[in-house]
Amino acid sequence: MRDSMSRLPWPLAALAILLAFNAVANPSFFLMHYADGRLASPLIDVLNQGAPVMLLALGMTLVIGAGGIDLSVGAVMAVAGAVAAELLSSGASTAAALAAAVGAGFAAGLWNGSLVALMGLPPIVATLILMVAGRGIAQLVSNGEIITIAPDAAILAIGRGSLLGLPVPVLIALGAAAALAALARLTSLGLFIECIGGNEQASRYAGLDVRSIRLASYAIMGLLAAIAGLIDAADIAAADANNCGLYLELDAILAVVIGGTALTGGRFSLLGSVIGAILIQSLSTTILMAEFGGRSVPVELNLIIKAVVVLIVCLLQSSELRRLLPGARRAAA
Amino acid sequence: MKERLARHWPLLATAFVLASLYGAAAIAYPGFGSWFQFTRLFADNATLGLAAVGMTFVILSGGIDLSVGAVIALSSMVLAVLMSRLELPMWCAVPLVLVLGAAFGAFMGGLIQVFRLPPFLVTLAGMFLARGAALLLSDAKRIDMNDDNAVRSLSAFHVMDFDLAALAFIAAVLAAAAVLRFTRFGRTVYAIGSDEPAARLMGLPVAPGRIAVYSISGLCAAAGGIVHVVGVHAADASAAFLLELDAIAAVVVGGTLLAGGRGSVLGTLLGVLILGIITTIPNFQGDLDTWWIKIVIGLLLLAFVLLQRATQRWTRA
Repeated sequence: MRDSMSRLPWPLAALAILLAFNAVANPSFFLMHYADGRLASPLIDVLNQGAPVMLLALGMTLVIGAGGIDLSVGAVMAVAGAVAAELLSSGASTAAALAAAVGAGFAAGLWNGSLVALMGLPPIVATLILMVAGRGIAQLVSNGEIITIAPDAAILAIGRGSLLGLPVPVLIALGAAAALAALARLTSLGLFIECIGGNEQASRYAGLDVRSIRLASYAIMGLLAAIAGLIDAADIAAADANNCGLYLELDAILAVVIGGTALTGGRFSLLGSVIGAILIQSLSTTILMAEFGGRSVPVELNLIIKAVVVLIVCLLQSSELRRLLPGARRAAA
Repeated sequence: MKERLARHWPLLATAFVLASLYGAAAIAYPGFGSWFQFTRLFADNATLGLAAVGMTFVILSGGIDLSVGAVIALSSMVLAVLMSRLELPMWCAVPLVLVLGAAFGAFMGGLIQVFRLPPFLVTLAGMFLARGAALLLSDAKRIDMNDDNAVRSLSAFHVMDFDLAALAFIAAVLAAAAVLRFTRFGRTVYAIGSDEPAARLMGLPVAPGRIAVYSISGLCAAAGGIVHVVGVHAADASAAFLLELDAIAAVVVGGTLLAGGRGSVLGTLLGVLILGIITTIPNFQGDLDTWWIKIVIGLLLLAFVLLQRATQRWTRA
């Protein structure tokens, strides 16, 4: 626990530098004004657009903390969005559509969890199956079409509404973060997850129900992926089986790693993952808004900068680099 | 005996699935069993096949390479830029692109080996880097190569109906099989994948071996990119999108253990052909929706992974 906290200054410092850059380059970045019943500001937009990745990163933190990984979350988002939109277009109530979509995500999580925890498959392969097949299932549900949601549908509030001056997706993400933090740190679930990720065999000998805990981590992940899919579908008022959540599994894993959770499992930081998700989204927004000499920066640069960030974060966490650096200094002296 | 059976059993299962799929399709659809359609199976899946051959080396060594689709797009883009904007002759541009692909792979392999970074994250960064570079180079436009004489004459070249792409794929399979079977490097790859500390204690060159493995994957992906340009007469920065997933699926269906140390390129060839048949069937059966392809590939992946799991348990018992 202390170990994961000691890693927080790094992502926080990166975020601070990024925000400081924005404050200088674009003074309107921090400007807040109240319009249409909500606070409007580029800063709030960052949180709003980052909400789906934040939800995915929260679930992914538990999965990775227990020594697993989930590649299927983008596809599960697409399935949940397609299920909700299809049900709504066939006249089902909002509550039924929401329940079915969340249920589909939960079922997907249980499927992944069963393959990993019960069948003993390696997590990358087990979740690769649904990553490949999931978009096919989403297209099957939506009959290969982009299903639009009626502009007056109540479900759109999940993606576009606001409450207490804040966008609903931000509130959902913050609520999920608080709930998971309570679940992980007030109950013993967090400790158990770190035990399993640290040493599965020792945990089993210590009497932990390794299978159930691992299953639970994937089930929570599926649930959160479904909610992220609902936010995405409600935001664009359509379910697009091909593009919903595309690449987001990678962003989520990235956010978790930036936040100081080791990919090998054994310790995790939910707060770190939230900061990681915000960092990724501010990076994208900064690049979109940045201008050099009157010319806007090409959006493609986003991918390259993200790649550099991944590598730097990996290198900072590498114990090998830390071992090499003092050695190099000694050799020079 | 049991060990031996266990080693060949997944490959036999793959061959059986391929034979029954091919047989069933040939009976159900007139024209599917023709020689021409058989050669198309190789030609249409040459880019995937080349990437999967490289991926086999990486997975055998216990790693993974998520960057191959993006490297294919980047190398096709670089080839097109070299030839159409810088007007380099093709015989000059092709080796350059191959070297670039191999160097890109070696760079990732170096990071993985020297700093002990997880292959998953390093090649993920490689994917972002290569895709971003391809998009920057393309300036959001396709580069049309229709007027290039070298590309046109190469795409017309064929031996017994096998075009250049198919021949490159087959040559890569044969070369890779020979390297893995008969060379010291090949045995090092298997040794790294099955037990790295043991391989190091035996004095095997683990560090150069691992870097070489990722370099080969980059080289194969670059070859895939070149074949792609020759095949479609154009370069497109969004080409081969998520192709790495299909490549990994082909390797796993081909009986190579994802944990490393066991498998073969021959299996990968069979895996690519199985994926190729599944993707071709909707062309013959008009009322079959294309999304079934993804679902069937997912189920196939599941079946083979479970089979591998059962085999492992059986040999250990």
